[in-house]
Amino acid sequence: MSVMTPAGDYRESYHADMCIFPTRNSRWAMLVGLALCCAAPLVLDRYALSLMINIGMLGIAALGLNILVGFTGQISIGHAAFFGFGAFASAGFADLGVPVLLAMPLAALATTAVGLVFGLPAARLKGLYLVIATLAAQFILEDFFARAQWFSGGVAGRVTDAPNLFGVALDTDARYFYVVLLWVVLSFCAVANLVRTRDGRALIAVRDHYLSAEMMGVDLAYYRTLSFGIASFFAGLGGALYAHYLRFVSVEAFTILFSIQFLAMVIIGGLGSVMGSLLGTCFMVLLPEVVQAVADALQGGAIDRALKLGSSIAFLREMTIGAAIILFLVFEPEGLARRWRLIKAYWKLYPYSY
Amino acid sequence: MEWDLLSQLVLNGMIVGALYGVVAMSFVLIYKASQVVNFAQGEFLLVGAWVCWWLLARWGLPFWAGFLLTLGFMTIFGVLLQVIVLRPLIGEPVISVIMATVGLSIFFQALMKWMFGVFAQPFPPIFRTERVNVLGLQVQSAYLLSLAISLVVMAAFGWFFTASKHGLAMRATAFDQQVAQSLGISVPRVFAMSWTISAVVSAVAGVTVGVVNGVSSGLSFYGIKVFPAVILGGLDSILGAVLGGLIVGVLENLAQYVDAQFLGWGNMFQIAPFYALILILMLRPYGLFGTQSIERV
Repeated sequence: MSVMTPAGDYRESYHADMCIFPTRNSRWAMLVGLALCCAAPLVLDRYALSLMINIGMLGIAALGLNILVGFTGQISIGHAAFFGFGAFASAGFADLGVPVLLAMPLAALATTAVGLVFGLPAARLKGLYLVIATLAAQFILEDFFARAQWFSGGVAGRVTDAPNLFGVALDTDARYFYVVLLWVVLSFCAVANLVRTRDGRALIAVRDHYLSAEMMGVDLAYYRTLSFGIASFFAGLGGALYAHYLRFVSVEAFTILFSIQFLAMVIIGGLGSVMGSLLGTCFMVLLPEVVQAVADALQGGAIDRALKLGSSIAFLREMTIGAAIILFLVFEPEGLARRWRLIKAYWKLYPYSY
Repeated sequence: MEWDLLSQLVLNGMIVGALYGVVAMSFVLIYKASQVVNFAQGEFLLVGAWVCWWLLARWGLPFWAGFLLTLGFMTIFGVLLQVIVLRPLIGEPVISVIMATVGLSIFFQALMKWMFGVFAQPFPPIFRTERVNVLGLQVQSAYLLSLAISLVVMAAFGWFFTASKHGLAMRATAFDQQVAQSLGISVPRVFAMSWTISAVVSAVAGVTVGVVNGVSSGLSFYGIKVFPAVILGGLDSILGAVLGGLIVGVLENLAQYVDAQFLGWGNMFQIAPFYALILILMLRPYGLFGTQSIERV
């Protein structure tokens, strides 16, 4: 195994083509990154830690959406509703006496079931029609949350417990961070490997050319529904982590704007890129913080007074989200993942880039 | 069962439904001409209504001047959107184009909230509103006016597509872009024109709703309500869009009645069209009048 990949595509076997870490360096980088993450709670302050937890749980959901959008080529704008379903389901299981750490995967499975129900039209629909079906799912689920007192606590919301491991309550950010990290690592490993299996290749075949895929014996309906199920699973898992982190879930959080944010994460990160899901989530979590910082820096100045920055920060955030989506689509359709590859290539080839 | 109430509900539904029909029509126009699913249709209503409100309430223009200026503004707005945002995306996958319109939608929604606030603003009084008796039913004159405007817009559409040169060029482009191009039709110009017309017509609907109910960010929900209407009617049928809009309008009101009388769930007014949407997608995804696309291998 070489230290660097040579310039050009020199892979000679299927094994080399399918490996996750093409070079020794990439494997080391991964391990060092993981070790740094493990050490993060010891070094970082509470604020930075909470941002990382956010990136983790939203990243899991974004990863699920990337399987649907990036790998299978189906769009969903109801992802936040499934995220919310996972959150409420996990809170519900925990209330029934299931240990929280077990309630999370259970909630994810429950969300999968719901996702499959809404995914059934997906078996017959493609692209455009599925978007509209998931749009309906978003509103129907949102309405269900608002109405079903027993499930969501209605307007008042629902209080949840912190997870508990062998009598130690994982209730501080530093402790909860490891719970999120564990699930992030598990999810990303699972998806990175899913892409290399027969099922993963079938999903990509459905995206690239569904007629050819069908002729090669890929069952379109099965794989479309499957990818919808997987996406819902990760949405539910992310939602469950969210519920037990905030310790309070309420209906208002899971709006269509939130769904669009998930899509933005996937597009900005890079469609069909596992790493890109995480990069895109980082971008979308940090973007509002940057907007806030800029508004704070301008506070009291002439611009602030003229544009009413302070009082309308929420709208400014939404605007930057919308603008970010459009700008990325027009100027960098393959997202941050491609930008990252270009940066790597620049350093590798310096000074003889061609 | 009170028949009076029921027929009143149906009439209300038709009035709102006609507006849905107008918006759905302008949605279908864009879809037919340029195969773009426009998630920012509701924002056209929103922008148009706010601009008109701003001209009338802040600058004190008379209604006709403000209205014409608004239409002029929307013309430029539609062209600019198409040229700046949508044109670079021609040839990109469907997902990218849809996402771009979603991005536009949240951008303009937030921009309007930022500029004009989150509270509903009434239009300055333009017409005397009074209750009119139609076949024994009480209707506000403003509603009748909105119905009339919807019908006029629909008739104008009908004329445009069957008799005018540009309308025929648009239909030709929708039918086959390459053939249209070889016949000397400028396809980019047709795309830009479809966005412009759609923006202007939606703005008319937006101003109409604004005059009747006041302008608020809730207007952009019309853009969402369009989806049940167009799917019901068939995505690429203008006639279907009008009918779909009417049906959705009536369905909403009836669902609310059933809800209030028997179910007591609340909120069926908003949600019922989406249940219908799921059903249609499962049973008959191409809607009432849409093209059944059959792919043979």
